[in-house]
Order: sequence, then C-alpha cells, then structure tokens
Amino acid sequence: MAPALSAEAVLNRTDDIVTEQAGLEGPLLPILHAVQAAFGYVPQETLPLIADRLNISRAEVHGVVSFYHDFREAPAGKHVVKLCRAEACQAQGADALADHAKARLGVDFHGTAKDVTLEPVFCLGLCACGPAALVDGRVVGRLDAARLDEILAGFGA
Amino acid sequence: MKIYVPRDAAAKALGADAVAAEITEQAKSRGIDVTLVRNGSRGMVWLEPLVEAETPAGRMAFGPVTVADVAALFDAGFGAHPLALGETDKIDWMARQTRLTFARCGVIDPLSVADYEAHGGLAGLRRALSMTSAEIVKETTDSGLRGRGGAGFPTGIKWKTVADAKADQKYIVCNADEGDSATFADRMIMEGDPLTLIEGMAIAGIGVGATKGYVYIRSEYPDAIEVMQAAIGVAREAAVLGTSVLGSGRAFDMEVRVGAGAYVCGEETSLLNSLEGKRGVVRAKPPLPALEGFLGKPTVVNNVISLATVPVIFEKGAAFYKDFGLGRSRGTIPLQIAGNVKHGGLFECAFGQTLGEIVDGIGGGTASGRPVKAVQVGGPLGAYFPRALFDTPFGYEEFAGKDGLIGHAGLTVFDDSADMLKQARFAMEFCAIESCGKCTPCRIGAVRGVETVDRIARGDADAIPILTDLCNTMKMGSLCALGGFTPYPVMSALTHFPDDFRVAHQEAAE
Repeated sequence: MAPALSAEAVLNRTDDIVTEQAGLEGPLLPILHAVQAAFGYVPQETLPLIADRLNISRAEVHGVVSFYHDFREAPAGKHVVKLCRAEACQAQGADALADHAKARLGVDFHGTAKDVTLEPVFCLGLCACGPAALVDGRVVGRLDAARLDEILAGFGA
Repeated sequence: MKIYVPRDAAAKALGADAVAAEITEQAKSRGIDVTLVRNGSRGMVWLEPLVEAETPAGRMAFGPVTVADVAALFDAGFGAHPLALGETDKIDWMARQTRLTFARCGVIDPLSVADYEAHGGLAGLRRALSMTSAEIVKETTDSGLRGRGGAGFPTGIKWKTVADAKADQKYIVCNADEGDSATFADRMIMEGDPLTLIEGMAIAGIGVGATKGYVYIRSEYPDAIEVMQAAIGVAREAAVLGTSVLGSGRAFDMEVRVGAGAYVCGEETSLLNSLEGKRGVVRAKPPLPALEGFLGKPTVVNNVISLATVPVIFEKGAAFYKDFGLGRSRGTIPLQIAGNVKHGGLFECAFGQTLGEIVDGIGGGTASGRPVKAVQVGGPLGAYFPRALFDTPFGYEEFAGKDGLIGHAGLTVFDDSADMLKQARFAMEFCAIESCGKCTPCRIGAVRGVETVDRIARGDADAIPILTDLCNTMKMGSLCALGGFTPYPVMSALTHFPDDFRVAHQEAAE
C-alpha cells in the first residue's frame, strides 16, 4: 500500500476520481471501486465529498459502501487471501482448509495477522478444481493445507 | 508452430500462466518459432492446463501439463508423450457434446475478430441487421430459448415487451453476476469467446431498439472482467460496436460494470439498483424491468448464456436450435459439473439426459472414489438430489416436478462423507449473510433458520416441523429467489436424507 496520504491529498485524489467517473450512468460503484483501488479502502472522510459531488445524501453513500462486501472501511493487510466457502469447494474439503488457515494465522475470517487478511468468498467460478482461493487477486485451484502453508510462508506468515 | 494454452481462470488456477511462460522460454532456447495463443478452456477442467499443438493431423491435446513436462513435450515434438490425449475434438468428453453456444470456446483466440468470423462469428448479426425488429423478436421466440440464468423465462417474450415499449432510451443489461456455486459457464464464455456475448447483445439491441448495453460482472471474476474489457475494445475497432454496427447505420455500444461482492445482485432488480449505484436491494415487481428497468427505462436483462446463444440461433436459424431438447426445454444447455467429481467441467448437450447419466456417465462419479451421496443442482438455491432421483431428465419442468430446479445448470457432487444437516444449515447461513434485507421472510427467516437447524442438531426433533413451516413461509412470502428458494436445499436435505437429521437426535438422546 502507498504511504499514508495527507487528508487533503486523499480528498484531492477523490475529487479527481469523481470527475473522471461522473459522466457514467450510475457512477457510484465505479467511483467507490476507484477510491478503494487508490487507497486500499474507502476512507470515511471521502464520503461527504462523493455525496456532495453526486448530489446525494451522505447516508446514501454510506448505505452503499456498507451494503457491499467488497468495500473496506479500513485498510486490509499487505496480502489478502480469500478462501471460497461455497458448496462445490465444501464438497472438496474447503471447511477443513478454512479451519487450517484460521488456526495457522490465529484469526477468524475478516481478521488480519502477520500482514495477511483472511476473507471468505462465495464462489470464484473454479468449482471443478476446488478448494479455490484468490490470493492477492490471483486464482488458485485445488488448494490444500500444504500448498496454503507454502503460500503463507512466502508472505512471512 | 501454433500452441494453445488456455487463459481461462480455471486453467490459470492450475498453473497455465507458468506453463505458457515455460513454452515461450523453451521455444526461444531451442530456436523454434512458436505462436502462442491464449485460448479459452475446452471445459475439461480435470485436464487443465490442457495444452494443444496445431499439427497437420489436427489439434493435438496434452494434459494436465506442468512446467516440468514442457521440455519433454518439445523433445517429443508434441507427438508421442505420456500426456498425449490425441486429437482434442475426438476426446470422448468432447465428441459426445453438442456445442452450439460453446462451439468456439477453447478453439479460437478470444480476442481475434478474424478468428471469430472464420468460425461462424458475426453471421448472425449480419442476418439480424437485414431483418425488422419484429422479425428479430419472432426468430428469438421461435427458437424456444429460455433464460439460462435459472428462471427459464422465454427470452423472445421478454424482448417483445421491450421492443413494444415506447421510450427515448432502452437498454440491454447482461447479468454476468454468476454467483451460484458450481456454475462457471458465464465465466468460461466471457474468457473464451467474449465476442459471442457482444454479438448477442448487439442483436438484442438492434432487435428491441436499444443503443446501449451493460455487462454487470461480479468482482470475483477478475480474469473475465479483463477479457471482456479487451474484447469490447476489439469489437469497437472492428465496428461490431459503435455508432454504425457493421456499417448498418444503427448504433449499439456497451461497457463493463463491476459488482462488489453481493450475491443478491444476481437477481435482476437488485442488479439494476446496483448498476444505478444504489444498494443492491430487490425491487418489487411490477413494474417489470422490461418496462421500467435501468434508470426507469425499458430494459432487457438477460443472462450471459442466453445472450451468448443468440448468435448461433441467428446464424443457423430458430428451427435448427429448437430441434434440440425435450418438452418445453429447447436447445442445448451447458452443464457445469463440479464439486467432488472425477471429470469436472463444462459439457454442453441437448436437454433431456438424466441426472444419473450426467453425474455417473459424464462426470465419472466422485473424485474421492467414494459413493455419490447427493447432487445439488442449480447452485445454493437448488435442491439436493439423492441417487433415488437420478432418473430425472434434465429439463426445467422435469426438475420442478421433483421439487428442484435446474437454475444455471450447475451440479455439485458430494460423496458419502457429506453431512446434509450441515448443508441445510449452510443454505440458511448463506441466505442470512447475503439477504438484501428488504423483505422479512428472507432477512429474519434465514437467521431463525440457522437457529432452528442448530436445535435439530442438538437433538430437538420438535424443531423439524418448525423448520418445515419456516421454509414454507420463506418460499411463499419472499420477494425474490434468495429467500424464496433457500428452502429448496433445506427441505430437500430434510426430505431425502432424514437420517442425517435423525442421527443427531439419537446421538443426543443416548
């Protein structure tokens, strides 16, 4: 993640993002995705600005941010491991794998330890090669405890 | 020499990128001129990464290939090798299929318009451009195509409603929020043959008088998003999209929108709210999206596979397509066989095969080698089928008749180690996590459902009728399929696998 920006820099960057996306029909989700891509999360202080620029209430923006699982209200760890919890992966042992990951990191889902954030995801479309995961945005199939340990060790976790 | 290594996410998840890099490296060090094509997947996921080499005898398949195998494949000149599977199209799994929607997937370079056209692409759009709006809608209706997202609503009838609506702006919205576990057909076609989806959307746009389209893709599909965006660029350059589609003077353009991790946005009205930048809550119907959809304008909302099937219908004619299938389920269906299965992947065939033929015959039984206990058909909102119902033919009405649904045609196979009470609990838990909160039966019912299953697990048999009653309330009283269909997995688990609910009771009593 980029070094901490000043409050002013965050707002300036957000303002630019809104300007870039404002011409779209239904621009709020693209704006929030871009804000999260820029800062790693959606900072609270950007909400009034986004609301003001789109002429909607702060409550509406907050409602949207909190509705969707993707938007973070705080930065994630340096690495994000998303383990699929859906049925096809369950049939291949995803529950045990999730338990293994939680035990190794010492956190529950949504927790961060040793710079790794562990998250559940419901289906990556890799249902014929489960258990599946998304590790820092890259797809991984037929994941097992040994391979997961290898990946986590690579992150120093 | 032309070599194909899939760029499909499943192939990548099993190491295709590293294999592709090694092929480039080996070719370079050996001084062999290799053209590497990153194609889609052929759908044989157990063989991924499946590498193909173009030879005078046809396209030869090798798989599953690891980085360590690449040097030996070059040594063998991509001929005799332990991983050789013969000509790809002659592999039993391929030869038994009827590939209409997926005819090009895995065959062509997904981002080459020339390749696309050489394999029949754009013929459907050209034909549609010579037809009137009414003729386009009629052709779609005559094909018998029904919504492949799961609801099975006749596509042509939806188009007619939008075509007949009067408005200054209409939209085509493609629902690519493929959130059901065991489904990956949308992802595969977007990664393997994105131009067919673009062509299908253009035909829909020309047919109903819409000039703008959106593909709403879930954020869990980063690879599909990337390929679709690139394909739209390629299609614009080739004037498949733009102010004058193929020089016809008629406009149609589209863009990708990315979801944000909400399962309920696969429901069409939630999707429209999400696309508008709102919370993805379900809208009450009426008004139908066909009349008041995106931004209140008439909108066709179709699933990826429905739209991706439109080009072949226009290329070969409605009668050709309608000829496949059974009863009121016409044409072909891309089955997605997943979970604990030996041969998992995508298998496109006419409707009508029995569940048993699909799971045992095509899928080859479980990967673990243990007996199949249950098959969940249609994703997290689909019923669990026991072996006793394996004679059910694959069709919309046929599955509805057995208190199930085919949904998006995903099948998750479980072996005998599965605990169906746990699966029933998960269905309720998933509904509780993903409920949009708009209607009470779903929002509160799912939470109570988890608690009630937990009571059963603790040995409280009195909770069983309460669960049944709760499921009935959710089924009848929910606004959309999330709350309305969650009872399918729960009740099918309870009905077909009563032992899993009773065993817990007895254990507790002892």
